[in-house]
Amino acid sequence: MKILVCIKQVPDMESKFKIDSAGTWYAKTDLAWRMNEYDEYAVEQAVQLKEQLKEADITVLCIGGDQVKETMKKALAMGCDRGAHIADDAAAGREPLQIAAMIAEYARDKEFAVIFTGMQSQDRGSAQVGLLVAEMLGLPAVTTVVQFAYDAGTVTARRELEGGVKAVVKMTPPLLITCQLGLNTPRYPTLPNIMKAKKKELLTIPAEQLLKVEARQETVKIAFPEKKGGGVVLEGDVADLADQVIKILKEKTAVLA
Amino acid sequence: MKILLIAESREGKILGGSYELLAFAEKIQAESVMFLVGGESALPSYPGKLYLAEAAAVGEYNPDVHRELILAVVAAEKPDMVAFCHSSYGWDLAPRVAYALQAAQVSEVVEVVDGTFMVPVCNAKLRRQVKPATALVVVTLQAGAFGSSEEPAGTPTVEKISATSAGRVEFVGYEQAAGGGVDLGKAQVIVSAGRGIGKPENVAMVAELAKALGGEYGASRPVVDAEWVEHNRQVGTTGQSVSPKLYVACGISGAIQHLAGMKKSEFILAVNTDRDAPIGEVADVLVVADLKQFVPVLTEKLKAR
Repeated sequence: MKILVCIKQVPDMESKFKIDSAGTWYAKTDLAWRMNEYDEYAVEQAVQLKEQLKEADITVLCIGGDQVKETMKKALAMGCDRGAHIADDAAAGREPLQIAAMIAEYARDKEFAVIFTGMQSQDRGSAQVGLLVAEMLGLPAVTTVVQFAYDAGTVTARRELEGGVKAVVKMTPPLLITCQLGLNTPRYPTLPNIMKAKKKELLTIPAEQLLKVEARQETVKIAFPEKKGGGVVLEGDVADLADQVIKILKEKTAVLA
Repeated sequence: MKILLIAESREGKILGGSYELLAFAEKIQAESVMFLVGGESALPSYPGKLYLAEAAAVGEYNPDVHRELILAVVAAEKPDMVAFCHSSYGWDLAPRVAYALQAAQVSEVVEVVDGTFMVPVCNAKLRRQVKPATALVVVTLQAGAFGSSEEPAGTPTVEKISATSAGRVEFVGYEQAAGGGVDLGKAQVIVSAGRGIGKPENVAMVAELAKALGGEYGASRPVVDAEWVEHNRQVGTTGQSVSPKLYVACGISGAIQHLAGMKKSEFILAVNTDRDAPIGEVADVLVVADLKQFVPVLTEKLKAR
């Protein structure tokens, strides 16, 4: 079985963000980069499926500049077999339709039976790319999956709905799954696997070869939201802070009466 | 301006987000029509035209067929915009519909400014202004961003529609969360642990503070996903929605899904090392400190009172 996992490299969300010179995205300097959290679950699920099937080949795909190779190496160390790096320094400015179009164009003739993506990215968060890839390839897709099982040619998945409810669905490959947090427990790459990953194939394809659609939307600008909260911000020594908090809770709430 | 609103129902009940769509249509002063896969016994309170497909016939989750039905309504009504809730139903269906219509899709809209849309970026730390380039636009709306989810008055004029195809995804059924345990909804004080607690051993620290305040402890999604705290203590969209007298958020950055479950609390105290964390937007008091140092000190002082 051929499996494709699509991942994205994103900044750590705890970072101090700055706005870039064009004013349309965050500045990429002084950030710590990591694999999009949702995609870690996608990689893990692909590797678990391979372990179950014994015979499978996992391609991990990532779009971006050279720096995304670091994140791809983590996916290879987790157990993906080969990497497809779509080299695109302008990836951050592409809209979901264009990102999906590049993935679909890459995947079109490769007969992947299962494609895993994260349900959304942590930075842009459109939750569109996976579904658009499926639409472009004519595949059935299920999003927001928190449980995945493959048995005798059938996939049973549980979708997470609001209020703790799950929807149980079944379908047959080829298909696409978008992964929600909590789907599994992503493994940490072991040192021997990190070493092995360095020898795995990592093919680079220029974006121009794959990108054939125009954007249907553009970013006018990006900005910090206005601080609406009139809350009090307290800083300093923890003992003083605790005293201040107790005083405030006494005054403003009835819970310390 | 004409807008098609994609309402939602589950197990025969209209979901509240459906009325937020209506509030959105009013806000942008658009004429609206509504689409729903549901049942005649539970129609939305809506004073307009409703295209209704019977859930009994087409299934409540059947994206291929729901897409086909929506495309038929778009062909008949020729709207300028199609609006979904940014929910498990809406974000699953909107890209399929947008792709078929060759329309721009803008996800998780929180505000409309002069025909452009504001959407959150990086866990709402930044906000992006998006301008669509197509005449027809598909949007999903962030829960709670546009007015209330309360029922308006009115009875719709119903036009029934049906589908011919079967769909490629088989819906087996719903599974309810394992019940029992903790009803956070009844607690006067809730102290919740977020990713900032760092390791499972620190849950005890948060539970101790909850005890000192006479309340219960809860957790945000990452802590539950890591299995440090059981799911029946999760606060947020996919867990419990709470509104206690006091909510203490320890090491919780404030993802929108968490905020949606606790922002109606009477008083919110947040403890976070990141002064810019989105939780600060809803907090009455934000203590900028490492919770692992601050929480035990606060607990001791509360006990010593």
